[in-house]
Amino acid sequence: MTALDPAPTPAPATAPAPASAGGRTIRTWRTLRSSRTAVIGLAVVGVHVLLALLAPLLTPHDPVANSPSHALLGPGPEHWAGTDQYGRDVLARVLYGGRYALGVSAVSTVLGVALGTVIGCAAALRGGWFDDILSRVLDAVLSIPAILALLVVVTVLGTGYPVIICAVAVVFVPQVVRVVRGAALAVVPADYVTAARARGESTWAILRREVLPNIVDVVCVEFAMRASWVVLLISSLSFLGFGAAPPTPDWGLMVAENRTAITVVPMASLAPIIALATLVVGINLASDGLSKAWGVDRIREGS
Amino acid sequence: MLSFIARRTISALGTLLLASVLVFLAVQALPGDVATKILGKDATPDAVAGLREQMGLDRPAWERYLDWVESALHGDFGTSLVSGKPVATEAAAHLGNSALIALVTVLFAVTGALVLGVLAGLYRDRWADHLISTVSLVGMSIPEFVVATVLVLCFSIALPWFPAVVLYGPDASVGQLLPAVWLPALALATVMAAYIVRMARTSVIDVMASEYVTTARLKGLSTWRVVTRHALPGALLPTLHVIALNVAWLVGGVAVVENVFNYPGIGKLLLTSVQNRDLPVIQAVALISAVVYVVCNLAADLGSMALNPKLRTRGRTR
Repeated sequence: MTALDPAPTPAPATAPAPASAGGRTIRTWRTLRSSRTAVIGLAVVGVHVLLALLAPLLTPHDPVANSPSHALLGPGPEHWAGTDQYGRDVLARVLYGGRYALGVSAVSTVLGVALGTVIGCAAALRGGWFDDILSRVLDAVLSIPAILALLVVVTVLGTGYPVIICAVAVVFVPQVVRVVRGAALAVVPADYVTAARARGESTWAILRREVLPNIVDVVCVEFAMRASWVVLLISSLSFLGFGAAPPTPDWGLMVAENRTAITVVPMASLAPIIALATLVVGINLASDGLSKAWGVDRIREGS
Repeated sequence: MLSFIARRTISALGTLLLASVLVFLAVQALPGDVATKILGKDATPDAVAGLREQMGLDRPAWERYLDWVESALHGDFGTSLVSGKPVATEAAAHLGNSALIALVTVLFAVTGALVLGVLAGLYRDRWADHLISTVSLVGMSIPEFVVATVLVLCFSIALPWFPAVVLYGPDASVGQLLPAVWLPALALATVMAAYIVRMARTSVIDVMASEYVTTARLKGLSTWRVVTRHALPGALLPTLHVIALNVAWLVGGVAVVENVFNYPGIGKLLLTSVQNRDLPVIQAVALISAVVYVVCNLAADLGSMALNPKLRTRGRTR
């Protein structure tokens, strides 16, 4: 508990539940400083984002250029992590691969969490038959394994960024809805929600002004947790050959391509594995740290 | 209590019914002509017409759905478009092989995870806890195919103890498949155990802080007895739910891992049928995994009721 927080606006020592924007910034800042895990996790993710963005500056090689004369080289001064069976530079492919992993995962996580949050809040607010029917449908969706659902969608609609992004988002909506609904149910009986209802405010307005600000920490933790799942799912999909199309530098795809040559050039498989593992460990650390610091009990939320 | 079981069973059946509708809709009712989708753009009109006839595509979707559900209830999932064999026999052979992996996985994961989770919970915030927590965090951060690949590198290539790929078809005997089961199961168990360890750790910490454990300690019971009589049963209950929730994941994970080892299980069948656009098989596999998930969740709910006296009287879990 330090009194001197280098924050832009002064704020009370204890932030009240429906915090203002400034109060929230300070609270987040304090959370981050108090939780070493969250800082490490966010730093790891940040490094990944930087590496992906700066990929063209960091490596002179083209991630998709074939060069048969340089195939299957070990690590050396020209190719730091060696080359794969087509003579493509492994380091360049790993660096550019971060763009695919981060980009696709971020977009589909944002979509899924946003959709799930709105539906979950609406279910908690409305209650009654809407909630009942929704729970049943979500149970049914949850009973089909995510990767299977994705494979079915990909069979029918074909692969491609938009299809994969939407499919992943939809697959994760039920789980987000469950968690958010649980959190929102704790807020709905509060007096200020009843007051807002009595004022005759619309469901949407209550949701945006009364419910959402109070469950924003749950939603953030859920976002971080879903992000790690999404990265894993998308890379698994690529590994199976239904995600990124072959010349694309993608980590899952790289492992699948280089697995057969693992005894010859182990780095070609290990480099994407390390990249993938560090990214997900980073995300998991961040979500763990955040949930601990904010007191969001992830396990108890039922996921 | 009986009414609770009945209600829970009925809702499970309802979930299954809805899941079957979703599976059917996803596969058959999406935009475009199913027959053209299966045969590809270069198919001759004759072939398309023939397939439409075979699949009964000229009839309305709801009629086909009812037909499908009715024959599925009789154990008939139609014939595979690729092999021409009945889907049910093909799926059953693969399902049995996958069950072998799943069984070994759950055994490995649950025993290993409970031991580690209880240890971490008992030695909270000491080095054993930090080590176990870190390892489980890494375990849940690595996709199954990566664990599987690394295991192949270690135990099939560096130390040639286990086969890296299975060379048998779906009709292989248990004895033929047994050497190939361990690596896939270990890969899946690593990821699955990571979740259970975290769950078990939290519940052990909760239980050890409870008043009845203090009483037990004051009575002079040994730590071993306190753990086995009080902490473990308390940790088992939530663990049961984590396992049930992970079953859906396990079916997906099995699909990925089987592909790595070329293991002739349900996941391999699914991937082959997705590659071949063999819709009856895809539909059947999706429905079967939904059944597995729902049954496991039902079993977990009823099991936790049997273990937890509070739920027996209260009547409803959630």
